[in-house]
Amino acid sequence: MDSAVPLFQMEGISKRYGGVRALEKAELVVTSGSIHAILGENGAGKSTLIKVMAGVVAPDEGRMTMDGREVTFLSPAAANQAGIVCIFQELSLVPDLSVADNIVISDPPKRFGMIDRKAQRRIAEEALARAGAADIHPLALVKDLPLSRRQMVEIAKALARKPRILILDEATSALTAADVSKIFSVLKRLRSEGLALLYISHRMNEIAELADQCTVFRNGRNVASYKAGSKSDNEVVELMIGREYSHIFPPKPAAVPAAAAPRLEARKLSWTDRLHNISLTVRAGEVVGLGGLDGQGQRELLLAFFGVLRGLSGEVLIDGKPVAIRSPSAAREDGIGMALIPEDRKTEGLMLPMTVRENLSFAALDRLSKGGIIDRAAEQRLIDDMVGLLAIKTAGLDIPVGALSGGNQQKVVIAKWLMRQPRIILLNDPTRGIDVGTKQELYQLMRKLADAGAAILFYSTDYDELIGCCDRVLVLYDGAVKRELVGAEITERALIASALNIHGEESPVGLGASA
Amino acid sequence: MKDWRYWLAEQRGTLLALGIFIVMFIIYTSNHPAGFTANVVQTAANKGVLLAFVAMAQTLVVITAGIDLSVGMIFLLTNCLASWLVVGTPMQTTLGVIAVLAVGLLCGAINGAIVIYGRLQPIVATIATGAVFYGIGLLLRPFPGGSVNEDLADAMTGRVFDVVPASLVALFAIVLVIWVPFSRSVLGRAAYAAGSSETAAYMSGVPIRRGKFAAYTLAGLLAAIGGLFLTFFTYTGDAAYASGNAYTLFSIAAVVLGGVSLFGGKGSAIGAIFGALAFRTIGDLLFVFDFDPLWQPLFQGVILLIAVSLGAFALFRVRNRLEWFL
Repeated sequence: MDSAVPLFQMEGISKRYGGVRALEKAELVVTSGSIHAILGENGAGKSTLIKVMAGVVAPDEGRMTMDGREVTFLSPAAANQAGIVCIFQELSLVPDLSVADNIVISDPPKRFGMIDRKAQRRIAEEALARAGAADIHPLALVKDLPLSRRQMVEIAKALARKPRILILDEATSALTAADVSKIFSVLKRLRSEGLALLYISHRMNEIAELADQCTVFRNGRNVASYKAGSKSDNEVVELMIGREYSHIFPPKPAAVPAAAAPRLEARKLSWTDRLHNISLTVRAGEVVGLGGLDGQGQRELLLAFFGVLRGLSGEVLIDGKPVAIRSPSAAREDGIGMALIPEDRKTEGLMLPMTVRENLSFAALDRLSKGGIIDRAAEQRLIDDMVGLLAIKTAGLDIPVGALSGGNQQKVVIAKWLMRQPRIILLNDPTRGIDVGTKQELYQLMRKLADAGAAILFYSTDYDELIGCCDRVLVLYDGAVKRELVGAEITERALIASALNIHGEESPVGLGASA
Repeated sequence: MKDWRYWLAEQRGTLLALGIFIVMFIIYTSNHPAGFTANVVQTAANKGVLLAFVAMAQTLVVITAGIDLSVGMIFLLTNCLASWLVVGTPMQTTLGVIAVLAVGLLCGAINGAIVIYGRLQPIVATIATGAVFYGIGLLLRPFPGGSVNEDLADAMTGRVFDVVPASLVALFAIVLVIWVPFSRSVLGRAAYAAGSSETAAYMSGVPIRRGKFAAYTLAGLLAAIGGLFLTFFTYTGDAAYASGNAYTLFSIAAVVLGGVSLFGGKGSAIGAIFGALAFRTIGDLLFVFDFDPLWQPLFQGVILLIAVSLGAFALFRVRNRLEWFL
């Protein structure tokens, strides 16, 4: 396997998105007949690396070779042609087509110019069998299948394209344990058939079982490559961190006494298969963080509080009284006073073509109007206060909010909700994609609001932020609270270890999950 | 599950439309003074087939998650054109038919090019092109008039073997020649995939643009076939604005009634045909019951509301309210 020419090689690959460096001179060597694990925390550049390989994203610089010859992929189809097939984290299945239709979608078998349904059926059945999912009916519609079955179809679809390099990006995150073990035997068989497999997962135990070779990414670079099993979990975590603190955080006040009555409380909150028995409390004056890997139910939890999800089980209490919040407009009512700063400000937070003024007053219009007529003077006073408080930099209140910088847009979203003086503030990864200066202002603001008596629940994918801003952090894994870190316990090591669901030297503090 | 169950699930919308049509048609004929005779069926078929062609055209575009508000105007334009060209010797008539169909194809191709390559929203693009198509039709026929090869017209609107309406046979032939190959081709599948999830289709290397372009172009052709039949029935060309608009809107109603999802990716032109026939029959029900025709639009609207509500039940199952807006 250590033959002179590797199957696939990346050299000096860089990719920037605006000012953000996603990949910086990344290197990777892939050999056939092996399973290569890629590790790294959120935003380390793994996804971009895969997208470059699969022809979805063109690199700014660097070169790729396959069998020693230089290659460039202008589209996913070109990469497929070369034998690189990727199973993406976001599924690439068409929901209204059948399983068989989806499996052959890139290159359906044809007869007299029309799709040969018999041949298609045969190919689909073979591919499903090869993926160990022969129980899935080829005629079933993809949208009727549960997520775990869809993932199996995705794998079968990839196999039907006869890949030389198969990339699995978090391919097991939606799978049940039984499916995972099936997939593992399939992957091992493919390895023995001479395929190269790139395996991206946050589950350390899976990597230990599968991988031959591991490469760790950090800040867009490959920082270490080693033989699987030659490093301990803790060493791997060290490799993944190794980052300097770049943010300035406001000082944390003395902890709010645990005896203080909670402002917001959840008891055994569950929703479909995404949230499991979540119990938590947030007191007035506290900033409580939600940690864990991306997509472990943090968003759903915030949406659940905000009245967006239907069919919740469990209880939500405000000031000790059970409440049923059925919509965002109910969540912002006076008795509850909740605000949600959404993750995607462009679709869920702002109406981009409308003016700064209009966007600012939306959430507070009922307070600013009498008999349905908006009190312009009161609106102006409140807006002036907010623009001053948050130092929103705008050329005027009557320009479209879409013309502001990302950081200032986010300030508008926050100001919009502050105009209602919320008592409970939910933040969904609010600093994503904004500049460092604005980030710092937001950290200060968050602390100021907490000091003024708000209860804050703060989800962030940035561990530094959780460490710097939060009084307590709840780490979610697979829709359940796996660990609660308080005060000095909130360290990067503890956050990453519990996010990966491996237990470091500190003993875990069970909360909610076991209930 | 057995294969036939999947087939049944896939055809549910079509079968539902067929069911609605059969029930309506039984009510209609059993209350018709003349009863279930070849004559009654022929008249009903000739009326229904026009909307059926336009609804088929609409289906192709709706499958791609678009909408074509110009189908009614292509229908009018080709009617006006046919009243000039489909005349004379059999040779001239044939050339005329080909020219009319080619113009339909061209109209559809223009729509497709604007929506796909110009990246305009289908609704705006087709309102604009529809106005242009109507304008050309009006210039061709400022006043109703013209003529058509009557031998051909009578053959297409008469009966085959004295029982089966010829227009139904023609509709069946068009389904076989256009719809069946399209729905089973790579382009047809690309149109479905693009309508269902354009990102997933793109990521899978599906020829999205060509699929959508084919859908818009064939929609123009089908609307032109409808225009041709309108000429066969009326022997004249008439740029009647209200009629063009009505066909456009009714085609959308027929498509929904026929189980085609306005969100794209789901449904079949065969369902839309039954939707169109059912919609026409509902409109005619009032006449056999001797109601005042003034009630027809209101009655038709109520039935339509009930029918489309059947399709909205899925919304009650949504667990994340944000999905309502997707």
